[in-house]
Amino acid sequence: MASPTTTADAAIPQQKGADDNYLTHDKGFASWAFTLDHKRIGVMYLASVLSAFALGGFFALAVRTELWSPGKTIMEHDTYNQMFTLHGAIMVFLVIIPGIPAALGNIILPLHLGAKDVAFPKLNLASYYLWIIGCLCMLSSLAINAVDTGWTFYAPYSTTTQTAVIPAAFGAFILGFSSIFTGLNFIVTIHKLRPPGMTFFRMPLFVWALYSTALIQVLATPVIGITLLMMMVERVFGLGIFDPSLGGDPVLFQHFFWFYSHPAVYIMIVPAFGVVSEIIPVFSRKRLFGYQFIAISSLAIAFLGFLVWGHHMFTSGQSVLAGTIFSAITFLIAIPTAIKIFNWVSTMYKGRIHLDTPMLYALAFLWVFTIGGLTGVFLAVMGVDIHLHDTYFVVAHFHYVMMGGAITAFLGGLHYWFPKAFGKMYDEKMGRIGAVIVFVGLNLTFFPQFILGSRGMPRRYYNYLPEFQGLHQLSTIGAFTLGIGFLLTAVSLGRALKYGKKAPNNPWGGVTLEWTTVSPPPYYNFHTPPPVTAGPYDGYDDLVYDEKIGGYVAKKA
Amino acid sequence: MTLHLLALLADTALPKLAPSDSFWLPADASVTSRNIDWVWDFLIWMSVLTSIGVFVAIFHFVTKYRAKSRAANERADKSAEHNTALEITWSVLPLFVCIALFVWGFKGFVDLRTPPKDAMELRANAQKWKWTFDYKCPTGGMTDDTLHVPIDRPVRMLISSVDVLHALYIPSFRTKMDAVPGRYTDMWFQATKAGDYPIFCAEYCGTSHSDMLSHVIVHPAGEYETWLKGACEKADSMVGPERGKKLYSQQGCETCHTTDGTPKIGPSWKGLFGKMEAIAGGTTLKVDENYLRESMMDPTAKVVQGFAPSMPTYKGKLSDKDIDGLIEYIKTLK
Amino acid sequence: MSEPSTATEAAKKASAPPPAAHDHGHDDHGHEAHDPIHAANPHLAHHFDTPQQQFDAGKLGIWLFLLTEVLFFAGLFCAYTVYRSMHPEVFVYAHYFLDTKLGALNTCVLLISSLTAAWAVRNAQLAEKKMLMINIVVTIACAFTFMCVKYVEYAHKYHDGLLPGKNFQPKEQIWELKSFRDRHPEAAEYAEKLAKLDEKKPEAPAAAGAKLEGKVEEKIERPTEEELEPLLAAGLVGPRSLDPSAHISRPRMAHVFFGIYFFMTGLHGFHVLIGIGIWVWMLLKAAKGHFGPNYFGPIDFTALYWHLVDLIWIYLFPLLYLIH
Repeated sequence: MASPTTTADAAIPQQKGADDNYLTHDKGFASWAFTLDHKRIGVMYLASVLSAFALGGFFALAVRTELWSPGKTIMEHDTYNQMFTLHGAIMVFLVIIPGIPAALGNIILPLHLGAKDVAFPKLNLASYYLWIIGCLCMLSSLAINAVDTGWTFYAPYSTTTQTAVIPAAFGAFILGFSSIFTGLNFIVTIHKLRPPGMTFFRMPLFVWALYSTALIQVLATPVIGITLLMMMVERVFGLGIFDPSLGGDPVLFQHFFWFYSHPAVYIMIVPAFGVVSEIIPVFSRKRLFGYQFIAISSLAIAFLGFLVWGHHMFTSGQSVLAGTIFSAITFLIAIPTAIKIFNWVSTMYKGRIHLDTPMLYALAFLWVFTIGGLTGVFLAVMGVDIHLHDTYFVVAHFHYVMMGGAITAFLGGLHYWFPKAFGKMYDEKMGRIGAVIVFVGLNLTFFPQFILGSRGMPRRYYNYLPEFQGLHQLSTIGAFTLGIGFLLTAVSLGRALKYGKKAPNNPWGGVTLEWTTVSPPPYYNFHTPPPVTAGPYDGYDDLVYDEKIGGYVAKKA
Repeated sequence: MTLHLLALLADTALPKLAPSDSFWLPADASVTSRNIDWVWDFLIWMSVLTSIGVFVAIFHFVTKYRAKSRAANERADKSAEHNTALEITWSVLPLFVCIALFVWGFKGFVDLRTPPKDAMELRANAQKWKWTFDYKCPTGGMTDDTLHVPIDRPVRMLISSVDVLHALYIPSFRTKMDAVPGRYTDMWFQATKAGDYPIFCAEYCGTSHSDMLSHVIVHPAGEYETWLKGACEKADSMVGPERGKKLYSQQGCETCHTTDGTPKIGPSWKGLFGKMEAIAGGTTLKVDENYLRESMMDPTAKVVQGFAPSMPTYKGKLSDKDIDGLIEYIKTLK
Repeated sequence: MSEPSTATEAAKKASAPPPAAHDHGHDDHGHEAHDPIHAANPHLAHHFDTPQQQFDAGKLGIWLFLLTEVLFFAGLFCAYTVYRSMHPEVFVYAHYFLDTKLGALNTCVLLISSLTAAWAVRNAQLAEKKMLMINIVVTIACAFTFMCVKYVEYAHKYHDGLLPGKNFQPKEQIWELKSFRDRHPEAAEYAEKLAKLDEKKPEAPAAAGAKLEGKVEEKIERPTEEELEPLLAAGLVGPRSLDPSAHISRPRMAHVFFGIYFFMTGLHGFHVLIGIGIWVWMLLKAAKGHFGPNYFGPIDFTALYWHLVDLIWIYLFPLLYLIH
């Protein structure tokens, strides 16, 4: 692709006075509230998801503060249980699952495909409003008597507790539809709106990642929908599906729940893989190592992810045979995931590496995801999982991959596409400092938790034995460090929106299609999308850096 | 090496659950824990080596191939864009490691899930928020809130719950199993070291999930039988308020009822007997022996005004002797 | 996986007028006004290049959506399967309460509505506005009939105390029902005898199995195969009955069936209601003359949705009503 040369480049004014773009095109609240422009919808998602992240983070800090000492520190048992439940539910359903696809994908996907919009713009807006409604519904649980079941809503506790389970579960139910419609939209967009010349194997890996994620969103989310609906109906009418006192089977709930929630973790991480696959080649000025493999492995992981849900249930009383099958297939997923890491690292070999903020986040991802992924292997080993299940080891594992993986990649992608989306450059120094603090905070918070877990400390514990205190305190310090890192990053990006230097079309020298249009793009994205004649990571050598504009332009032959 | 340094640090700063803890794991005190522990060690080593490999590669490439500036327009070396031999190696090697890990994990799991035929059986009961364990006595049965087991004998725990999901977790034995209401699950272990090891609940069950602790006492050779005989006699002979007081803690009454006047999840027992109570639904009654018995057997029938109908039934769990004992005990709390 | 034909076709058509020289800043839909395809097709959205592309996208979209609906209902069918295999007696017991005739009527009604829906698609393709509107109206009418019959059934259930979960309090015993008596007259009579015994002796303690084994009370003879089998199958006697100390009582888990029944048929009914809403919307669009050979997607997709709703009922009907 990229021949970001000739026609496209010449026809687009780099920076002109009357530079109407999608942000300035229409003004007023209504123009945003009823917009059909995927970029505006993406920006709204971005603001909403980041706000939800701040709220979820607040609950996390409350939890970690309470855990500074055993027994009561700042709150009672019940409040603590509500805090960790809300933290989990908000982070999973409001932040990470929509996260990269809705906030970054919406802005970038059509640009990657040289398209004017996604296939169903109205459905896209509907997805966003469903997110808002789901969010409000879930938060209303806070106002009544915040849910305390843990984000996993296990029956029969969830069908019998006196807290406001239904608003939270119904909120998650609505959010599920938001996710399904986004996935549906992306699948059709990728199938039907690719430009001439862009075969599947010339698509950017971010698109492959969004495609694989969308498949999971569409196929898995309906199952959590019906599960939550069954649980809510059971609460109200006493159906007797999950509650043994009414004749039900609690393990059935677990099967239904994890049938979605395991693929859900791939919804969370596969887009992150896509972002990292975009950043590393650009900042190494080198074609991605093993493009085809990474593309196919995203699909393979999506598919296999549906077959391993029972590895969350080794101690549930499920049969040995079932457990064995689930463990075996889990190992199958580990391998393509490991190979991706090797491919990314190999991309840097003999490249020319630039350590701007997006790259720092990508490197942080490689470190943190390696640890997170390897500890997943511990949990896949059935015998070892018996000891580790429901301990802090699991908490550390999933925070390493979700926080360290998905959130780090999200921040990397945010910095990477910030100039394109908003037409402003952020302050590089502040960006880097933020990245380093986040990285340190991450490790300080969650590494001690591996040790807590392997030494037997269970999770979701308000109180704990005094001998665990040292590690808990380390973890709490880490949490606040993480908070400072995020705050700094937020301030840095906020300032950039107002005071940032004007961004060139292509500050990083990328060769995917979004860099061939103006920053920020006009509302219709492209004058004429350039024809696609090469792969998405070919052509770095055809660009030269122009110091005057602080960005890359095509080499004049 | 780093691990030894860390281990030293651990000895000073880190928690110790029982003697001879390693850096990562609590004391191994059962036959099965030995099997698990060496797989764990393999996993640690494999992870450390792999991580170090990846991190060193990243660090090395970033320093060696760092570009000076964008203006310099340096080009990457196009020769290093793929290497089939390398790709095959790093696919096949992890595959072998994964197969090995899977097999070891599977074997360890089957071990944990297959009790020997001559295993001694004990029952574990989970309720919000207490563990109780049933033992067989010559004249019936006995319940205790601590798990007692003999050393070097396989023990099979039959586990159940009366309300929500719980899980019996004994870290030093590396074993864990959910307690599922409405059915039995089981787990087994064979203790190899005498001592006192913690038991945790490892499935979130509400308010006092983190207080649902117990411990397992592994009796040295010959001492278990002595203990059991003494405990059975004591349980049998205990009557009246003394029996009631023991049951107050053992049966979990104390989780919801205080004896000092403070209302908790349920009314306090202090001054309860003979009191006039307002009942949800509008009536009033005097707390007498019949009301107390009914509250234990059918707790939601007459709930005191202002409290949630969340008390579980003790039908089938308290003998007549037990009920009498509890009533006598409550009478003493003026 | 790629569809080069549509994409290259689109490319050829889109590249026809070169827009490069225009000042796009001030002109909202400037570049589209020059595009003859969009000018000729008022219902072609701005981000699609040809009506064919728009239709293909919509078709893929609706199929994906239907797939999610199937997965959504699959959870319930799964719960049904698990419960039926664990408690077959509950399903036998409960189906006697269901009115198979009304269920069959609903099936026919939905099948007819699927026919008119499919016909409506053809009408839209050929721009036959009048027939299109008639077919849509008939579809809506059938859907409405379905909902009315459903209401009648639900009302009967409410009246008979057959409510889901903990509210399950049947007013009639199944051996008093016509559906049971017609099929198993001997069993019904035997059941009545057992019930009379229960009325007489409220505190008779008895071992659960004793009554069946032939050690029966003086007043009744040992049951025959025809008398006993249907009662056992429906969990009225034996270990799965609610009250083992009584001679005869309903199965312990009976309320679970009605929970599943109301949930599945209720969710299905909800989808029928949504379908009615969408058809009404289509009717309005049809009245304005929107549909023709270049634009009939919405009717096609609505009909597809409707066929799925019908198909789900076709599975529900035998699974719930036709249990033997």
